[in-house]
Amino acid sequence: MALEVNGKSVAVDEEGYLENRDDWDMDIAKAIAKEEGLDMSDSHWEVVNFLREYYDEYQIAPAVRVLTKSIGKKLGKDKGNSKYLYELFPYGPAKQACKIAGLPKPTGCV
Amino acid sequence: MSKRFLYVNRKAPYGTIYALESLEVVLIGAAFEQDVSLAFLDDGVFQLTRGQQTDELGVKNFSPTYKALGDYDVNKIYVERESLEARGLTLDDLLPLTYEDEDDDWAEKDSIKLVSAAELAEIMEAQDVVLSF
Repeated sequence: MALEVNGKSVAVDEEGYLENRDDWDMDIAKAIAKEEGLDMSDSHWEVVNFLREYYDEYQIAPAVRVLTKSIGKKLGKDKGNSKYLYELFPYGPAKQACKIAGLPKPTGCV
Repeated sequence: MSKRFLYVNRKAPYGTIYALESLEVVLIGAAFEQDVSLAFLDDGVFQLTRGQQTDELGVKNFSPTYKALGDYDVNKIYVERESLEARGLTLDDLLPLTYEDEDDDWAEKDSIKLVSAAELAEIMEAQDVVLSF
């Protein structure tokens, strides 16, 4: 499968996750977000960028519990809770935000 | 009630899938809030070495992921002293694995504990479940 962005075609798997993490850029992120029915705000970008940094450091997409805890540590308690993150990403912060961030599906997600 | 799980890692990180599979099972299992420990012995101690380079092997270097174990509240990591010494390694050759102690003072503490084969036998004896990789 492929996603068309600005005349460029990038490979995605059957669930819409990027096949190759290096294909990612902000336009692709916006296109994936649109497919998910999301409008990217600064708050969305904050989480997406956090996930990309986490992946660079640890080579995994964190489980939602770990994501919540780490976001709280880095961005403050008002953001490190499931209510805030689910409001941004209604279909699950780990799953949906990882897809937009161009990362693989979080380990342990089915 | 939570059970005591020990994951025993005996194989080199690459060449077989055991090390990566074990790590993934640990990360997935961490969601179930059991009492989890990891043991590294025999060639398994190589899984935790610093500076792994896998470009020539054409596989992903997953060793940075061990540093996330602390985030997953997995902070009892036993390394068998005899296995380490037999391979000419010391604690300084291993990744610095730490966790934040939420039950005490929130300080960063070392997750890795060097134990003798005899001590490791006692640790195994005290588990409810031992999974060997």
